[in-house]
Parts: sequence; C-alpha cells; structure tokens
Amino acid sequence: MNKIITFTVLGTVLILLALNLFHKEKPLNLAQYELKQKYAVQPSSSVDHSKFTILQEQFDTPQEVTEACLTCHNERHKEIIQSSHWNWERLAYEEGKGITSVGKKNVLNNFCIGASSNEQSCAKCHIGFGMGNNTFDFENARNVDCMVCHDGSEEYIKGSAMAGYPDRSVNLNNVAQSVGRPNKINCGACHFYSGGGNNVKHGDLEEALLSCDRNTDVHMASNGINMSCVDCHTADKHQIKGKLYSVSSTDVNRLNCDDCHGAKPHHDELLNRHFSKVSCQTCHIPTYAKENATKMAWKWSEAGRLDENGNAFHEEDSMGNHSYLSIKGEFVWEKNVEPEYYWFNGQATHYALGDTVSEFPIQVNRLLGDAHDSKAKIYPVKVHRGDQIYDPETKLLIQPRLYSESKGDSAYWMDFDWQLSATAGMKEVGLPYSGHYEFVETEMYWPINHMVSPKEQALSCEECHTSNNGRLANLDGFYLPGRDSNDWIELLGNILLWASVAGVFIHALARFFKALSKNEVESEDIKYD
Amino acid sequence: MEKVYIYKKFERFWHWSQAALIFFLALTGFEIHDSFQLLGFEIAVAYHRIASYLLLGLIGLSIFWHFTTGEWKQYIPTISKLKAQIQYYTIGMFRNDPHPTIKSARKKLNPLQAMVYLGFKLVMAPIVILSGLLYMYFKTYDANDIIIISDIPLEYIAWAHTIGAFLLLSFIVIHVYMTTTGHTLTTNIKAMLTGWEILDKEDKSTSNSEVEPTKEKEK
Repeated sequence: MNKIITFTVLGTVLILLALNLFHKEKPLNLAQYELKQKYAVQPSSSVDHSKFTILQEQFDTPQEVTEACLTCHNERHKEIIQSSHWNWERLAYEEGKGITSVGKKNVLNNFCIGASSNEQSCAKCHIGFGMGNNTFDFENARNVDCMVCHDGSEEYIKGSAMAGYPDRSVNLNNVAQSVGRPNKINCGACHFYSGGGNNVKHGDLEEALLSCDRNTDVHMASNGINMSCVDCHTADKHQIKGKLYSVSSTDVNRLNCDDCHGAKPHHDELLNRHFSKVSCQTCHIPTYAKENATKMAWKWSEAGRLDENGNAFHEEDSMGNHSYLSIKGEFVWEKNVEPEYYWFNGQATHYALGDTVSEFPIQVNRLLGDAHDSKAKIYPVKVHRGDQIYDPETKLLIQPRLYSESKGDSAYWMDFDWQLSATAGMKEVGLPYSGHYEFVETEMYWPINHMVSPKEQALSCEECHTSNNGRLANLDGFYLPGRDSNDWIELLGNILLWASVAGVFIHALARFFKALSKNEVESEDIKYD
Repeated sequence: MEKVYIYKKFERFWHWSQAALIFFLALTGFEIHDSFQLLGFEIAVAYHRIASYLLLGLIGLSIFWHFTTGEWKQYIPTISKLKAQIQYYTIGMFRNDPHPTIKSARKKLNPLQAMVYLGFKLVMAPIVILSGLLYMYFKTYDANDIIIISDIPLEYIAWAHTIGAFLLLSFIVIHVYMTTTGHTLTTNIKAMLTGWEILDKEDKSTSNSEVEPTKEKEK
C-alpha cells in the first residue's frame, strides 16, 4: 500500500515536472512590442503653415511658392541641391570605370528606357520646375519644388508633360498652407506610378499601400501600425535613407530591417542564425504585387503595329492591364509573384549611356555578390525582362527619342519610326549611331523590400530546405541542408543500406528453407501458437 | 542448458534507450535530409537536436558504466575464432553446426560481435557525433560574439554526418536481423529485455545438432 502511494506521488510529481518543463507560454517579443509603441504615435507638426501671412498671398507661379518657403527655411535649398532627387545622379566608384556619376541622367532602365531627350515628359517626377531638356540649371534654387513632397492637401499634382510644373488646376495657396511631413501619397505619386502606371516598375510599391490590410503590408496597413514611408525612410538634411538599386550602386546610406528590428529579431536562435546569409525580406515577403499586377516583361520589338486606319491601338489582358500598346510594345503583367532570389552585397553596376556590350541578355543593372562574399545575403528580386533597341555596329544600347508634343519631331510615340527616333535620341546624348538597329534582350533587377507579410505567412523551412525545386534551387556556392547532398555518398550509402537488407533477406530465406526441409517450421509453429 | 542473468539493469536501459534515440534520430535526420516528409522540417530539426543531446547524455553515462564495471573489456577484439564465427553464419548454421563460441555473462560477445561493436563505438558513433556537433554549432557565436566553426565548409560536415548515418542504418538492419540467430528466433531479444538468457553451460565444450529439440523439451 505504501509502495502504491509512493509511486502515485512520485508519478504525479514527475508528470507535473514534465508539464512545467515542456509547456511554455510564448513569451512577448518585447523588442517588437516597443517598436509598435514607438510608431503608434505619429509626430505632429509644431507649426500651422496656414497661419503664416506670406503663404496667404496670391501665388501666380510655383517658383513664388518656393521663394516664400525659402524666406524661413533659408538654407534648405542647399540641401535639396545636394540630393539625388534633384540631381538625378550620384557620384560612385565603379570597378573598371573609376569615379562615375550614376543616376537617371545617364543609366538606362528596362521600361521607358531613359529620360534623356524625353525630359519634358519624364520631369513629371523631378522635384523641380522646368526641366524640359538637358539645359536645366541645377543651381537655381527657385526651381526647387517643395510642394511635391510636402503638400498635405492631396491637391498638388504635376502636369502631364509639363517639364515638372504643377498642373494648371492646382490652387498653389491651398497647397502652400497645407505643407508638412510627407505622406504616403507624396512619395507614391512618383514611386508608385513610375514607368507609366501603377506598380509598373517596383512590384512592391503601389497605390494599394495607401490603404491596405496587414496581409498586404504589415507596416503600412490601415488596420495595423499604419506607418508612412518617411517613418523608415528618414532624412537627415534632405538626404533620404534607403537605396533603389535601379539607380544606386553603393552600399551607403542604406536602409535595413535591422535598423529597427535588430540583428536577432526572433526568439528562435536557429532562425536568428539565418541573419548572416539570408535577408529578412527573403522569408518575410513570400510574394509581391499582392493587390495589383506588376509589369514582368516589356518587348519594345513589338511596338509600332497600327490598326487598319494607321492609328495606334491598345490591348488588355484579363486583369485589365495593357498587354499591348502601339507606342510601347508588348507587356506581361503578373500578380502575387514569387520573387527570384539572388546573392546581393549592396553594390550594383549599371549600364550607362555609352557603354559597349556584346553579351546578351544585357543586364541594365546588375546586383553584385555571391555565396562567398561575407557581405552578401540572399535577397528576393523582381527580374524584369524585355528587349530594347540596340546598335549592333557600335554595340551601344540606343537612347531613343520617344516623347514629343507633335508629329514630325522624330519622337517614336508620334511618328512610329525607330530610325528617326534613334538618330534624334543618340544625337541629343552625344553618342554615335551607325544607322542600324536591332532589338536585344535586356534584364533589370529590383530587390524587393516592401509588402512584408504577417509572420504567419513567412516562408516555411521546407520552401528552401528541399531538394524538390525549392525557392533557392538556383543559388549555388554553398551547402543548403535538405536541398543539397553528395551524389556519391547518396549512391554508396544506398547501395550499402539495400545490400544489407538484401543480404539479411537472402540469409533469412536460406534459413527458412533449411528449416522447412527438416520440418522444423511446423514444430516451431506449434510451439509459438 | 541453464538460465543465466546476462544483461544487467543499466545495460538494458542503455541499450533500449539508445536504440530508441538512434531510430528517432534516423527518422528526423533523414527527414532533414529530404528523404521523406513526416513531421515537417522545422519540427524535425528541433526534435533532432533534443534527441541528440539526450543521446550524448546517455553515451556519457554508458562510458562511465563501461569503465567502472570493467565491461569495456568485452569489446577487446580477438581474431581467434573470428574466422570460425564468420564461417558459422555463412555455412555452419545451415548444416546445424554448433556455435563456435560460447556465450556467457563473462563473455557476452562473440569475436565478430566484439569487432563490429568496437567499430560502432570507435568509428560510426564518433563520425556522427563529431560531425553532428560541428553541424549544430556551425557558425554560431561564442560568449564574446565571435563566430566559431567557420573554417570548415558546411558541406564536408554534412557529408561526414550522412556517411555516418548510412553506416548506422546498415548496422541496424544487420544487428536487428542477427538477434534472430539465437537458440530460437526471439531468444536474444528476450534476453535483452529481461536480462535472462538460456545458455549452454560454459564448461561444455561442444554441442551437437540434437541441442534444439532437447531444449524445446526443457521448456
């Protein structure tokens, strides 16, 4: 009896002990909780611009608004004039080229190709007034457009093909009196609609972010922490943190998840160990273009087809996006896209106007880094593929002249003549053109950083740790458990294992027949039954 | 014939818990290796780690036990009768030849067993344990946040671990089968469960083909 009591007590204690050891409440992620508290409170302005008399005067030109701004903020224009939003270029050291300037002025992209010779239209996204051609005065502070970033009235829009001037409908006084910290739409006006429409270029930056739920973007969700762009993309002296590698090439002033979340954001040590080689984005952005499709391919070679009346036409895909435009060519749009994955160390190279290339596809920008690079991590990337006009004799990509207000000005979008367009474009950028053109394949690489999913939707281990065509199937130079194995070890190991099984089986069979011949099996059967 | 208490309590506990852990480690390990899907990679990794620590603890205990009890001497390999033992398993047992060696509490392992088990302890187990530890602590941080084990490529560690795993699998297949080669199919397994085994008397130098039926009568 005493024994039973002792065992019962001991057993109960052991069970309770086991329960205590193995059952753990998930602890609060305090670091993340603190972040949420920090960003729950939006900063409020310390001044009300509508009360300043200078902003109540009648403004006839947008430059007058800038002058008014500069009466108080009398040094800010100097910061702007140093910024890449203004200059459309940055100085950077590039291997093989030395110190070069890189930016919208001289790199080509895989969409509307390049701004040169098309400034009248492209300057809609320049933070200045009057950049109608390549003679813009980058020293003139009067032309700084303060309103495009600081408008709080949501009334300010830049005019279409107006060289960066505001649309004529804009009431400049309303805008000037509403200025404040940039909102999502101030940034989004350019960064959501670049390339000629919503979500054309980035794939992870689009108008859905103005009002989305946590499934689309945990940071910007209306029902979440509802952060704005500048909460992360902070700016010291108007130098905004964060890099877009379509135009940037160096690993400086970059914005990283760990700036806020730290290098050990998980409670699971094993997950934290991924940090040195895998970017946060890789697991936490399983798909991009979650709400609206993004352009995945653009074939300029198909441009120029006209309808029976000789007019330009367009076709739409099932999602209502242009799949064909006579002026631009053929497009492929995709939604909920799984990124491709590449090693990336924060450095990129760019095709700059005048570079000769003879390897195809041409990468108009290339992300650097590999598995052995201590600074490189695996990043999700949108790869945009297409073709562009190229001069096979000079081996230069051609900057075509696309935009003009009227026909007969060599602009492709008016005259549909590549020969004229190429001649005019290359002349304007001061490069030779042989008179021959063809279309060659081009690629552009866009690291994906936004549209972070709720943690429940992050990639599971198996999506990479699998030998069956996982997400990282194409990356090499390192051993990934679950994906990789040594063919010889697998072969010899399997031979050893199955030879053992076969040997054992044959041995057993031999014993069985021997026993059968001696009638021992029956006697044993009787015994064990 | 006599009933002999051959496997002591600790020995049986050690054997069966080690067997269970090795089976579980093989299961989770080959899942991590993407040989099949069962628990899911994340859980398989977590459980594989827990089981590996338990196995390390158990092996620590068993090493202590082997040396304090002197049982380690059981594994000293001999080549005398090794050939005879191999001949018995390949030819002799089909002719109802007697066992060439006598099992006793003092000498539990035949020469072939001693050799194989020593191989298990000196080759297979160290390969998987050492490569496993390197695998587990690969590129982790020490107390001063300095990265450790970064000079050995992970693939070499993983390859060694896989080789060890295949050797162990093959060992298990043959080992389990060999348990059926006792007096009856289950004699050896029962002995490892209860500790008691029916053995020929140690002083009896030979036995003959009539042993089996007489033994059955005894029971």
